[in-house]
Amino acid sequence: MKIGVLALQGAVREHVSAIQAGGAEAVVVKKAVQLAELDGLVLPGGESTAMRRLIDRAELLEPLRAFADAGNPMFGTCAGLVLLAKEIEGQEAAHLGVMDITVARNSFGRQVDSFEANLDIQGIDEPFPAVFIRAPHIVHAGEDVEVLCEYGGRIVLAKSGPFLGCSFHPELTGDHRLMQLFLNMVENRELLPTTAHYSKI
Amino acid sequence: MSEKGTDRVKRGMAEMQKGGVIMDVVNAEQAKIAEAAGATAVMALERVPSDIRKEGGVARMADPRITEEVMNAVSIPVMAKARIGHITEARVLEAMGVDYIDESEVLTPADEEFHLLKNDYTVPFVCGCRNIGEAARRIGEGASMLRTKGEPGTGNIVEAVRHLRQVNGEVRKIVAMGEDELMTAARDLGASYEFLKEVKLLGRLPVVNFAAGGIATPADAALMMELGADGVFVGSGIFKSDQPERFARAIVEATAHYQDYELIAKLSKDLGPAMKGLEMSTIGAADRMQERSW
Repeated sequence: MKIGVLALQGAVREHVSAIQAGGAEAVVVKKAVQLAELDGLVLPGGESTAMRRLIDRAELLEPLRAFADAGNPMFGTCAGLVLLAKEIEGQEAAHLGVMDITVARNSFGRQVDSFEANLDIQGIDEPFPAVFIRAPHIVHAGEDVEVLCEYGGRIVLAKSGPFLGCSFHPELTGDHRLMQLFLNMVENRELLPTTAHYSKI
Repeated sequence: MSEKGTDRVKRGMAEMQKGGVIMDVVNAEQAKIAEAAGATAVMALERVPSDIRKEGGVARMADPRITEEVMNAVSIPVMAKARIGHITEARVLEAMGVDYIDESEVLTPADEEFHLLKNDYTVPFVCGCRNIGEAARRIGEGASMLRTKGEPGTGNIVEAVRHLRQVNGEVRKIVAMGEDELMTAARDLGASYEFLKEVKLLGRLPVVNFAAGGIATPADAALMMELGADGVFVGSGIFKSDQPERFARAIVEATAHYQDYELIAKLSKDLGPAMKGLEMSTIGAADRMQERSW
């Protein structure tokens, strides 16, 4: 199983370690041609605006959308969640726009408000240590979106068809259970519910 | 229960900057140009290092109005500089909600003996270093991110290269050392034994290390990435060039794709003059910002 990590900017190395810890092969992705060999893709934490500029200049936007359209699983953390979202509060245009959610950026405040908390996640037994850094959250989730975790009344982890997205940074802790959940999605991709929305884009 | 200002939160913020370019800006308009070009953060200050060098006088924390305008203009993180050891400037910046403080040798030091005890703050700090001893001491005080010092405001990459090679060479030596050699290395380097043990265990520094001080072209930025920087700070290099927007975009792209040489050639074409730059031998010992702090 080959899992890519979009490596234009951000916490790439940490996701590579998590993928390898889960027994899959990790590929550092900088170019569209690399997508063809992948079974799934991680969009890491970083700065979403910087990543978007680099996606545009590397002509990756359409190839990434096509990758998603083909039903390939994608996992976005923090900035990666913002990249996946169909709508971004206060912004006219989304980025990939493939996951049926609306996100608000920096919605917990500035860096001095960044925090750690233990989360109760649906389907995961013990609390999950989560690091929120200038984090976004999901303000609206579409009908087919499965909310896996809320914190302080805000949706911070959700799954929809082949897409998994979270507000926090599982890559900053040694806890690989969310990555394992994603790797299971990739392994059993034929069982994932297909949703109609991403073909409309 | 949630906890703010932990090491993981403060160091993690720097991890999210990796592979990126942090640009010096002196007003909201420049901040917007930086953000549009793909900067991962901006550093708000009153004068860029080359102007500080030219105009002389005491360089202090920027007027809070400038920092506030920059914070209101962009959605990416905003960093700001405080003088070395200036507890009150740092507390003021923290109270204003800036995302990262640079305890910076670019400003005139307020204290020539003691750095800030950065562990005491909720806001994270970045500090300069020229070798692993300085890196260890700054991290010991609570810095959550490092940048090699280089020589700010020169547009000359030679000191940035020297410092990054020094730090990374020392890291490699520590990693290769036997456990029984670490205490002697700790004495010689002025680094704590515990710190060196951690470096050996991790195989790298425990925090993100960017390059700074002299980066003027896309190729300079790519060179620092090649030498193992986690990202780059560009001070005077962008807004002292002829075409700031194009320079900013080109430096961002060259940093992300630092081994794509055809691309860097394309990015560097017809960029126009970079900042003029200074040869090191023309800078007197007293004017070397890197010598400030230990």
